[in-house]
Amino acid sequence: MARIWKFGNSINTDLITPGRYNITTDAKELAKVAFIEHRPEFAREVKPGDIIVAGRNFGCGSSRETAVTALKECGIASIIAPSFARIFYRNSINQGLLLIVAGESFTKSIEESHQLQISDGKITNLSTGASTASSASPMLLSLQKYGGILEFLKSHKIEELEQL
Amino acid sequence: MSGQTLAQKILSAHAGRQLSIGDLAVVNIDYVLSHDTTTAWAIEPFNQIATKVFDPSKIHVFFDHAFPAPSTQFAEMHRKIERFCKQQGIKINYDGVCHQVMAEKFTYPNTFLVGADSHTPTGGAMGALCCGFGSTDAAVAMATGKIWVKVPQTIRINLEGSLPLGSYPKDVILSIAKKLSSEGANYKVVEFGGSAISSFDVPSRMTLCNMCAEIGAKTGIVSADAQTAAYLKQHNRYQPFEELRSDSDAEFEQVLDFDISGVEPTLACPPDIDNDVPVSQVQGTPITQVFLGSCTNCRIEDLLVAYKIMKGKKVAQGVKFIVTPASREVYESALLNGLLLEFSKMGATIAPPGCGACLGRHMGVLSDDDVCVSTSNRNFTGRMGSPKAKIYLASPATAAASALEGKIADPRKYLKE
Repeated sequence: MARIWKFGNSINTDLITPGRYNITTDAKELAKVAFIEHRPEFAREVKPGDIIVAGRNFGCGSSRETAVTALKECGIASIIAPSFARIFYRNSINQGLLLIVAGESFTKSIEESHQLQISDGKITNLSTGASTASSASPMLLSLQKYGGILEFLKSHKIEELEQL
Repeated sequence: MSGQTLAQKILSAHAGRQLSIGDLAVVNIDYVLSHDTTTAWAIEPFNQIATKVFDPSKIHVFFDHAFPAPSTQFAEMHRKIERFCKQQGIKINYDGVCHQVMAEKFTYPNTFLVGADSHTPTGGAMGALCCGFGSTDAAVAMATGKIWVKVPQTIRINLEGSLPLGSYPKDVILSIAKKLSSEGANYKVVEFGGSAISSFDVPSRMTLCNMCAEIGAKTGIVSADAQTAAYLKQHNRYQPFEELRSDSDAEFEQVLDFDISGVEPTLACPPDIDNDVPVSQVQGTPITQVFLGSCTNCRIEDLLVAYKIMKGKKVAQGVKFIVTPASREVYESALLNGLLLEFSKMGATIAPPGCGACLGRHMGVLSDDDVCVSTSNRNFTGRMGSPKAKIYLASPATAAASALEGKIADPRKYLKE
């Protein structure tokens, strides 16, 4: 069963992969340091398929892509939040880490003990019965099918991104 | 089609066709910037899709974020980058913070810069479109000379009036950040204009544009003008350029008129940029460190402001005052005019040009109960070391006054004629 990890507003990339720990290009090593100071048990206990639910402006701050790499390597299936910071958003599109935008009153009311059903354009909280409209970047969803932008570019010209 | 914003014009020129706001387009880039960590993270992605970079002369790699290497881990990362750059014919730059050196030596009006660092918007001060990206994007840019963009909206901020004594561009942008919030400009370009902008020189504009990264913006920009020409002439690389502007009927998402006459010395209280207060609210807070450095505020102009306040006095007992010139050029100017000697005599610790203490890796890492006044751009929990340390962001003037008193202090008392 997918576990929910709840975070607050303005979770910046220094919290996700602190500068003292992300001096590596090894995705497995980065996964071990995800939230290492902010929430030490995360890296130990996270399982593939788990979901992050967060507040506004998730991923703000430094452009460090290690934040996305680490969470992807941890197996995070999706991150649900009312808003995402720009560079984190782009990095997620490029890597195929699913980011879902949903209203703040809905995301705020989700607790870690809840179960969510995520379908196309809608999220239902099976534990409370509440549901909300949600959206994901069409470009992210398209690139996810290829396995991310690098996989796409192995067999396509960059200009073809305009057709996504 | 209605009028175009400056950002639209630059992107359209790089797409070879007229772009509308919201369009997804693949555009040509003029240069790529990356540094001593983001380049390392870009190598493997690059190797997946290419063997040769599109043009080594247009790729600028800087060793600044952890240079000289503070650990064997960093040293290995640096060597990895050096090997890659050698193979590709890319010349690495060891002259200081990437955004500072880029503006001094390379950035040109109306160009498009892809930077693998969030403070790439600093270059908007040159009238160029300079955006921050991650390492995969940098790899794609290095491989193809292109990048995908969604044409952003623009928030126009008209600066009016004039700065009172003791207030500086850093105080202006901190005040704007309070108004807009840390996500107030998400995905948008912040364009500075108004009657006051012509009196802001390029170094001042760099402070404004740099901090746009902290309010979520895609970038900050100021149309190139006489100030830009003066800066380019000063750096021996002036050539006539078109003074591109947003059209009078351009579609701005928001227009904000901002009177700078009322701006006071301002600090961003930990742990984020939203918590901005006038100095009167926090003065007297005991501090243990002052960091005068970073791409936000450590140009020669900033050192001169700090010196004006500190001249003839000494750093307070118990305060670690760390001066970190943003570039070799700043360092050499400060050496030549005697500034570094004066700071040293006051009790400052002079660090080599680079990012230094800004991001908690070396040159002034903070412990649990350190309280630091910093002229940099971020005060997140753990940014400069311990997650329990407190960081107040401020102008060089406020930082200098605080270094003298051992507590947060109002610089204006040191500037009265």
